[in-house]
Amino acid sequence: MADRVGSIDSLLASKEIAIACGSGGVGKTTTAAAAAAMAAVHHGGKVLVVTVDPAKRLASALGLTGFGNVEKRVPAQAFSHAGVQPRGELWAAMLDTKQSWDALVRRHAPDARTRDRILENPLYQNISGKFVQSHDYIAMERLYEIHSEGRFDLIVVDTPPTRNAVDFIEAPQRMAEFFSSRLLRLLIVPYRSRVINLASRPFYQIADRILGSQFLADIAEFFILFQTMYPGFVARARAVERLVRDNRTTFMVVSTLEAAPVREAEFFIDVLSSKKLHLGALILNRVLPSYLLDEGANDRAGLLLAGADTLAADLAGGSGADPSQVARVLTEMGDNFQNFAVVAHREATQRNELAKVPEVVAAVPEFDDDIHDLAGLLRLGDAIWS
Amino acid sequence: MAAASATVALLDRKLLFVTGKGGVGKTTVAAALASLAADRGKKTLVCEVDAKGNLADFYETGPTRFEEREIAPRLWAMSMDTEASLRQYLALQLKLPIVSRVGPLAKMFDFVASAAPGVKEIVTVGKLCWEVRESHYDIVIVDAAASGHIVSQLAAPQAINELVQVGLVRQQTGWMLDILGNPAQTGLVIVAIPAEMPVSETLELRDRVASETNVDLAAVVVNRVLPELFSRGEEDIFDRLDQPGNAELIDSALGGPARPLLDAARLTVTMRRSRTEHLERLRGAVDGKVPMLYVPYLFFRSHGLRATRQVAESLSAELGY
Repeated sequence: MADRVGSIDSLLASKEIAIACGSGGVGKTTTAAAAAAMAAVHHGGKVLVVTVDPAKRLASALGLTGFGNVEKRVPAQAFSHAGVQPRGELWAAMLDTKQSWDALVRRHAPDARTRDRILENPLYQNISGKFVQSHDYIAMERLYEIHSEGRFDLIVVDTPPTRNAVDFIEAPQRMAEFFSSRLLRLLIVPYRSRVINLASRPFYQIADRILGSQFLADIAEFFILFQTMYPGFVARARAVERLVRDNRTTFMVVSTLEAAPVREAEFFIDVLSSKKLHLGALILNRVLPSYLLDEGANDRAGLLLAGADTLAADLAGGSGADPSQVARVLTEMGDNFQNFAVVAHREATQRNELAKVPEVVAAVPEFDDDIHDLAGLLRLGDAIWS
Repeated sequence: MAAASATVALLDRKLLFVTGKGGVGKTTVAAALASLAADRGKKTLVCEVDAKGNLADFYETGPTRFEEREIAPRLWAMSMDTEASLRQYLALQLKLPIVSRVGPLAKMFDFVASAAPGVKEIVTVGKLCWEVRESHYDIVIVDAAASGHIVSQLAAPQAINELVQVGLVRQQTGWMLDILGNPAQTGLVIVAIPAEMPVSETLELRDRVASETNVDLAAVVVNRVLPELFSRGEEDIFDRLDQPGNAELIDSALGGPARPLLDAARLTVTMRRSRTEHLERLRGAVDGKVPMLYVPYLFFRSHGLRATRQVAESLSAELGY
């Protein structure tokens, strides 16, 4: 335990927020949960994992029937079933975009009437439920809220499946810019004053023709209402951004070694470095075993292919098996090794490229089956921990 | 809808949206289907919708843009650009020459798109439907949004229809809905791999598409299917080979430890077995209702034109060509 430099263990011991990012389908949610579970077991304190999707499988693995916007504690039985005595507590929550937006409006609305009008506005309902970028923003906002309440020692966050990694990181800033933009004022002005100056008239004519004036009026009403929340909102967005940049916050890039996720991970690493955000670790999932890189074994696979018939005759002698069938098994074995050796070599190259940047690189082997309980989660956690 | 899936051959449709959970090979399958259609003599447009934009890598061709470009005989490629699409639409459909003089169209569009969810989506879907309506191509194949976002993309015309009561946008949604809702013209292809989450998402998506859109599910493509290493009898033989006496015999015949070879075979058998369970779950829920196409795991090339060609060959065989 003396030397803790360069491990997920020491990383999480020194940070308060760990944000897992990476492309879809690489095991991001599971990795975030495994890291949080390990921290609860080994470090103690109160650890929270926040997911962005309804991770039903994860919920049942944690011994919960489900979890929502309100944090739920993972029951002690889940740990005792896994045969461990955790030093601390593990909690889980799922980000509910709609509920989080509603909470935000309630907090920032100047009065009850404005609050209700916003909550009832059809555009607001659309935005809070469906608008993808709002999802990015609200994830960061909710993270800020939980952190500022000071109820947890460590928060591990799974990020939304954004199309573009930058969207997520920049969401607070863009949200603040959006509400302070000149364009927004330009569009709202005529509905306030009815006086349209000549220069901007074509703009409204086109907007009217495309969208219909009623719809435009709806938009304007929505933003006029929303602007009443502007000061609180912008201040909040700035605070969220500061938290992301704080040295208590770290990012963990999660990937597999397939071509597309690797490209995404590289891109993410670049973005983090150009924005001077802390890249704490690179976690590689589903890595093939290293024996596939053994050149001697690859040669022997070749020998096996060439001499399958002779060897089969020797082997079949004692067992009474059909030599041609034994030969086929040996041939498949040789072929299979060489097939996967190609994949393993390709992935090893990808891994070397990726591993140049971060201090901590953890590799998780390809597991036989999916994770169904806390023991499985901790098994994954063990693979990345130290 | 199930009847339509069975009767309309996949590549005889006019508009195919290819979707799937991230990381399952959605773009590979879209690129391969487009190659296949072009090879079979159809004038084909393949369009990537995702801003991430790496469709070009799948054809080893230069970057694709909004303006369609012929990258192989009969195969045209483009990348969706919502602002360019809106500009084209305004010029062509609404005959609004004034647009060019308005100035910050991009900003205005950004604003409207941010304010009204569905605007970006409808400009995307609208351009694709328009290509179909004008019969510029025999088939349009879309590397569409991932499974998390595809429903809002496909349902955009309906959503706009409900949200915008008057105006030109409203007038434009009717014909789009007709094209999207006609199974002889439009189909959705979901790509999955035999793993727990992708299979679950495929089944959830199928239900959402059925209840929230009018688009027909045309096919489910199962990508990266591992070949069966051993038959049942062969697996028994393998188990016996993996016993102390036999393993040593192989060691001496090969002049070194055969352990890695045995372990690799064991790994493949285990991986194949756990994947088969997921595949069976998918098959149980989908097979017989929607055509299922299988694409084998590629060992030698995981991406690039060669991989696209190999997937196209597999799909061709699966479609009975």
